[in-house]
Amino acid sequence: MSDNTVQGVNGEERSSLTPEESARIRKRSLKLLGELVRPVRGRVILTMVVVILSTAAQVAGPALIAFGLNQALPAVLDQADWAPAFLAVGALLASGIVGAVLISWYTILSARVSQAILLDLRLRVFAHTQDLSLDFHESYTSGRIISRQTSDLDAIRELLDSGINQLVSGVLYMSFTAVAMVLLDPISALVIAIALIPLFLLGRWFQRRSQVLFRQQRVASAQTIVKFVETMTGIRAVKAFRARRRNEEEFGEKVENLRGINARVIGLFGIFDPGLILIANVSVAVIVLVGGLRVAGGSIAIGTLLAAVLYAKRFFDPVEDMAMFYNSYQSAAAALEKISGVLEEEPGVPAPQTPVALHTPRGHLEFQETTFGYGNGVEILPKFSLEIPAGQTIALVGATGAGKTTLAKLMSRFYDPTSGRVTLDGVDLRDLDDAHLRRAVVMVTQEAYLFSGTIADNIALGNPDATREQIIEAARAVGADTFIEAMPAGFDTDVNKRGGRLSAGQRQLVSFARAFLADPAVLLLDEATASLDIPGERAVQNALQTLLASRTAVIIAHRLSTVAIADRVLVMEQGQIVEDDTPEALISGTGRFAKLHAAWRNSLV
Amino acid sequence: MSSPSVFSSLWRLREYARPALPRLALGGVAGLFAGLLALAIPLVLRELVDGPLASRDTALIIGAAGIVLALGVAEAATVAVRRWLVLTPGTHVEAAMRNAMYERLQDLPVSFHDRWQSGQLLSRQGTDLGLIRRWLAFGIILLFVNLVTIVVGTAVLFTWHPLLGGIFLLISVPIWIYGFAFEKRYAVVARLSQDQTGDLATSVEESVHGIRVLKAFGRGRHALRGFTRQAQDLQGTEIKKAKALAGIWLWLVLLPDIGFALCLLGGIWLASLGQISVGELFAFFATATILRFPLESIGFLLAMTLDARAATDRFFEVMDEPITLADPEAPKHIENPRGRLEFDDVHFRFPDAPAGTPDLLDGVSFTVEPGHTVAVVGLTGSGKSTLTALASRLYEVTAGSIRLDGVDLRELNRDDIYANQSVAFEEPTLFSASIRDNVLLGREDTKSDPETAQKSLDRALDVAQADFVRRLPEGVETVVGEEGMSLSGGQRQRVALARALATDPKILVLDDPLSALDVNTEARVEEGMRRDYGTTSTLIVAHRPSTVQTADHVVLLHEGRIHDAGTHRELLERSAEYRFVLSSLDEENTR
Repeated sequence: MSDNTVQGVNGEERSSLTPEESARIRKRSLKLLGELVRPVRGRVILTMVVVILSTAAQVAGPALIAFGLNQALPAVLDQADWAPAFLAVGALLASGIVGAVLISWYTILSARVSQAILLDLRLRVFAHTQDLSLDFHESYTSGRIISRQTSDLDAIRELLDSGINQLVSGVLYMSFTAVAMVLLDPISALVIAIALIPLFLLGRWFQRRSQVLFRQQRVASAQTIVKFVETMTGIRAVKAFRARRRNEEEFGEKVENLRGINARVIGLFGIFDPGLILIANVSVAVIVLVGGLRVAGGSIAIGTLLAAVLYAKRFFDPVEDMAMFYNSYQSAAAALEKISGVLEEEPGVPAPQTPVALHTPRGHLEFQETTFGYGNGVEILPKFSLEIPAGQTIALVGATGAGKTTLAKLMSRFYDPTSGRVTLDGVDLRDLDDAHLRRAVVMVTQEAYLFSGTIADNIALGNPDATREQIIEAARAVGADTFIEAMPAGFDTDVNKRGGRLSAGQRQLVSFARAFLADPAVLLLDEATASLDIPGERAVQNALQTLLASRTAVIIAHRLSTVAIADRVLVMEQGQIVEDDTPEALISGTGRFAKLHAAWRNSLV
Repeated sequence: MSSPSVFSSLWRLREYARPALPRLALGGVAGLFAGLLALAIPLVLRELVDGPLASRDTALIIGAAGIVLALGVAEAATVAVRRWLVLTPGTHVEAAMRNAMYERLQDLPVSFHDRWQSGQLLSRQGTDLGLIRRWLAFGIILLFVNLVTIVVGTAVLFTWHPLLGGIFLLISVPIWIYGFAFEKRYAVVARLSQDQTGDLATSVEESVHGIRVLKAFGRGRHALRGFTRQAQDLQGTEIKKAKALAGIWLWLVLLPDIGFALCLLGGIWLASLGQISVGELFAFFATATILRFPLESIGFLLAMTLDARAATDRFFEVMDEPITLADPEAPKHIENPRGRLEFDDVHFRFPDAPAGTPDLLDGVSFTVEPGHTVAVVGLTGSGKSTLTALASRLYEVTAGSIRLDGVDLRELNRDDIYANQSVAFEEPTLFSASIRDNVLLGREDTKSDPETAQKSLDRALDVAQADFVRRLPEGVETVVGEEGMSLSGGQRQRVALARALATDPKILVLDDPLSALDVNTEARVEEGMRRDYGTTSTLIVAHRPSTVQTADHVVLLHEGRIHDAGTHRELLERSAEYRFVLSSLDEENTR
């Protein structure tokens, strides 16, 4: 039961989990962490060796000073023998140089390790996000997936940047110091050992309390990002509908929520950190007391006590670092939980186990007793069969909600059918190699999204290997060249954010050029000409006539001008095809299409 | 140690940090106190070594240990007090800056948003502000405390012995020199790294918002390649940062160690001359050991300061952007809005348009009389959409004026314009909220007068032919937008049209709002608008004759100028250009 409640991104916004759920999530996060560390384990080992050596060199410092004060100083005072003194000074210099060089090397090494891990994780999340199918993206907000890839990665980055250094050098520093202490003065070492008990308890308390808060922090942070991204994306509507003030309130609430959680996290740390200092200082005082009494009793030398006190202070020096590490670890762990959840999501449209290649697609499409419904049981497409021979141009007509877009999404495998099959040249789309499928079938929708970059870059998305000439040719073919060449830098004009400077019609032309360049065997046009002006649409139609001569095409349009170039018209109603014939036959008949066409014809001039 | 530019950059933070300053300053004092207490422990230890230990007096030893304990407890307490003091102010400053930036961004003109990708903005309001908060709460305080600790500690070293103190002081000189070099080197990469992080966020944002295109063309891998390049660039910058840090780290560890070695040598020599006691020598090293951490910390504190500086610069870059479309100082008010929209010799060009290119709108004059519908027709790129954006004052005319009931738009508060005028865009953006909240977005009486609001909602949904929303799982309460149900393009267009209608505006500005509707639906929408919104003036951009036919007046735009104007019939008869733009009939019949 509890297995499903936190599967993937389920239960992502909850902050308290049952022990089983926690265990499951921890396992998943650690597994991911293991996968990330594995490729760089050689470098991790090297980094460890360097840090061990440099820590050893640093720990040698107090020992050498103790040696200088205990042995070399009496030697000079009593026998005027400077040899031990020079030895101590020389060794101190050497350890200083070695320690410093190693520390500096280690800084670079550990940056390489953490950056390699971070890059790996970034690319994994990015690639996985791209692999996840549309049903995931339609339910998981863009702001959330963006926050997973930005603020959550930041938390992990912080841990890797400073945290790991702190942990490794801290642990080593403490263990080396502990060993040195045991060798020097076991009784003082025992005091330190006893101090570890409250240290552990304090750590456990901090872990329990902070885990919940850090989870809340990830959720609150994602919520502000979601709101922020949505506002910036819809800024025109925000302005025109006077939503600014209400947005400020809403955003302010989210920011305040995040601030409150942050303050509580820091507050927790504000108890944890002085707690550690207290334990450390009390231990030092106890060592001074115990050691002092033993010096008074004559059982140890003053120099030994001095060294023990120095060690004790140094032993606890990294404690603050360790506390910081623990803090960033908890924060990163919460982030890793969320990220590993996204990575655990399976694409609803999985890649085939043994992909079938289709090198020369002809474009023969077939629906075989296909049904489709969303997860909630609402059936969009009841049992449906249809054959589209290669090279045919189909006009798909019907009211909103009749299932036209669903049909197109099934043909382009944005979704998989609930039952039955959709085949291309006899191959089930589910078995078809994805690269081959994408080359064979291209869908152009009403929303023509443009990416940052030049217009040429955007057209080249249809075929990244295309030459400059091919790009220009594609633009010319759909009649987009005129307006592009009139722009400040022609094809090299930057489209800026979401093509702000291009009108919707111009953007549609660019996305047509994109499809033209992709040169697919099957072209699906879903309201792809809605924003074009009539001469623009006419130009596209002319281009399509040439383009579609040897291709399969399915054109969805409310404007019936498309029908002119179609070989066959399908009229859909509630997921069923109710009319299916050549345009001429349908127009001359008395069915639904004849009426629709007559109305449209009357609306023209 | 900070060059004026770092200082003056960070100094600007005072605007937001002011309320937090008293507590931050007190936190600094507490931190200083803790540092001094830590320094005092060796003093006690020296007394211990030279006094009780030498005398082997148990009572004195216990007393000294008690003092060490008291100092230690006091140190922990001051650290706790410091953390308590700086705890909340930092988060308040961060939240205030985040809200201020959001507020500013909402106020900045659309032309700003055209230029700035939201990924860059996102990283500025997220990661960057986090850096600033941590610097305010820890960085600056630790830097201050540690510097004072170093100065006081060095002075204490002098009291043990001037020669040994001198050696230690001399040794730290190169640290300061190297510090300046480091600052220059690190500041550049710190800024670069933050900019690249923003670019990366932009790529993430685009890859998510453009997912349908990437999927349709199977270009996920292609996008990944571009993203990989960017991420690798950032990785390179981060390694450069690490190298710069490694450079200063080397000196910060090495120099104190050399100092220790020299002081040991000098100490033994001085002791052999009888100029320093063993207890003093011990105390000297104990003090020097305490100074090691503050010295070493200079490296990362400096780095943190420079990171915070770059973040501050990036924050103020946004905050300093001029609000070119601000509300007027003495706004006029329209008492009885009638809905007369007048374009008077309107010119427009983007501010960054190259010289020599013609204006996008080049002297456009016409009037939408109250209750009339004016259709704007023209080819893609003729300036139609620009006209609607200017009418809703999302952009500003470069010359000429647009008047609402005789008052120049620039003399009105923007909210007053939007109170009288509603707009439906080519691209219908809906927000993550219920259909009801989306449609009633522009109304301010949803709470005060729910009945009227409900009536407007119903009427708008009916006229926009958006009654499909009533068949959604939860009717008008169904959440749509990103966090809810996804609607088709045509459905979103109708909800967006309903949103424009629901404010019961005096003027409607519609930018091709019916493009995804079939002819019958469109006819019903138009009929409804005539019936229920007959007194509303309408400026409508259209491509289809079916839309234009119902207009009282048609303006034909061509390359930013009015080519002709009149009724649909007149234009159809006399203008070949008009027939070319609007006619779907065979080409030979038109030109």
